[in-house]
Amino acid sequence: MRRVPQYAALLAYLVFLAFPLVWLLSTALKTPQEMAALDPAWIPRDPTLANFGDAFGEQDLVGAGARSLVVALASSLLTVAVALPAAYALARYRGLLKQVTLGWVLVSQVFPFILIIIPLFMVLRRLDLVNTLTGLVVVHVTFTLPFALWMLQGYVRSVPRELEEAAAVDGAGRIRSIVSVVAPLLAPGVVATLLFSFISSWNEFLFALVVLKDPEVMTLPLTLVRFTGPEGVSRLGPLAAASLMATIPSLIFFAIIQRRLRSGLMAGAVKG
Amino acid sequence: MTATVTRPAPPRRQAGHGGGSRRDREMWVLMLPALVPVLLFSVGPLLYGIGLAFTDAEAGRNHVTSFVGLANFGDLLADDEFWSSIRIGLVWAVSVTVLQFLASLGLALLLNQRLWFRGLARVLAVVPWAMPPVVIGLMWRLVYHPDAGILNSTLGTDVNWLADFTWALPAVIVMGVWSGMPQTTVVLLAGLQGVPRELYEAVEVDGAGTWRRFWNITLPQLRPIIVTITSLDFVWNVNQFSLVYVLTQGGPGGRTRLPMLFAYEEAFRYGFFGYAATLGLTIVIVVLALLGFYLWRQLREVS
Repeated sequence: MRRVPQYAALLAYLVFLAFPLVWLLSTALKTPQEMAALDPAWIPRDPTLANFGDAFGEQDLVGAGARSLVVALASSLLTVAVALPAAYALARYRGLLKQVTLGWVLVSQVFPFILIIIPLFMVLRRLDLVNTLTGLVVVHVTFTLPFALWMLQGYVRSVPRELEEAAAVDGAGRIRSIVSVVAPLLAPGVVATLLFSFISSWNEFLFALVVLKDPEVMTLPLTLVRFTGPEGVSRLGPLAAASLMATIPSLIFFAIIQRRLRSGLMAGAVKG
Repeated sequence: MTATVTRPAPPRRQAGHGGGSRRDREMWVLMLPALVPVLLFSVGPLLYGIGLAFTDAEAGRNHVTSFVGLANFGDLLADDEFWSSIRIGLVWAVSVTVLQFLASLGLALLLNQRLWFRGLARVLAVVPWAMPPVVIGLMWRLVYHPDAGILNSTLGTDVNWLADFTWALPAVIVMGVWSGMPQTTVVLLAGLQGVPRELYEAVEVDGAGTWRRFWNITLPQLRPIIVTITSLDFVWNVNQFSLVYVLTQGGPGGRTRLPMLFAYEEAFRYGFFGYAATLGLTIVIVVLALLGFYLWRQLREVS
């Protein structure tokens, strides 16, 4: 029974990790009457799905979701399209440019957003892109690019150079050897990077807060925050319901890459 | 971080043939699509932002910006709100990083054992990672809610956690630890699984106990990973904005106003672009100094 302390510790972790999630779910299923009652209970006495419907009535969740989808799709596709050739170059060539680029990838992780977002905001203002989704896509691509580059060049490195050389010996040109040999092996890495960029954009809050001002152009995270303020207890149910719905795309993403987290993503991201 | 940069490149066989200039041209062509947006929207603005720190730039379109030298830094050092924000930021970043590391190390050690419910714990351990920061902030608002929240009724207290001068910062720190545990746990777990079995077998012959094994083998083996992830966590925590903005907006009375919230307010609520850029630059310098000191000490202890 020497495992008892270990199970006790594991249980403590499970409780700490799970209790806010359980509470979110519980709040989403409660009626307004129950929310107003003193002494809130873990399990809703009278579970209801009405909050999910009410959430759509309170804020323009459908429109915000659609805008978030457009921004996330556009920025993830653009990010990968731009990063893929560069990632190939970073993994296969050497030179000053490579050192500088990799250095910049690291630097960009350390510098606080505020130093870039202020001048970037001024640039967007000059281009008349403030308060537009295009402007937000530009910002998201810029900020996802370093990590996407890092991930992708890790995946390119994991494709053995010998395979390309073998194709070259067989008479295939450089482009053909890339398309027919490297591309299929790289596909899982490209998908992972696409998903990563999509979720980064979908979840992103701060840049959206700076760039988008009008409710008509706001993305989902901004719209969710509009639920708060001097809130009455009765609005907490729809707020919880909307929060749960906004999490669904990310949950799907993590369900897909969960197995890769320890192997693929880490090999690309941490070990370099 | 440094480990990934300084790793020597494998010797290259092809360096001799193929001609350097053609390879260089190919590389430039491939890099170009990424270089253009990077230079235009990232490197350029970054340099411009550093320059702004020495001007009196403001948000108004008709404002004429002029060079003011180090005047902003002088104002900053005389600004009480800046110092309180730096203090809060350091308390937040250090305590979240340390607590996050200890909690994640414990969890990773447990997940590395053959225990029941390990699968469930693994899934739960990455869930915070999968959630949008805004949703995490809103969720903890529900937990801390004075009337409808679960914390008061469970603990039997009657505290308005997020509006209380004493409790707001600890409450925010708990959320920070919760939301940052996944990355740290996953990285530490990967490190644990990379420790060679033979090392443990060798000391088992000597009859070393669990504690000695952890202290003499696991910890030294994990050291590079621990240094890397705690450094990254620290930088991420200093730069944290969304979670705390959603949870408290920096309140009550500025008690949770992290440096980034302060900078955001200066820039986009009051329109002092130059001053906010100075603030950002100062934070970078502080972070780099602290990080440099930490990494230098770690390196010295190793050698």
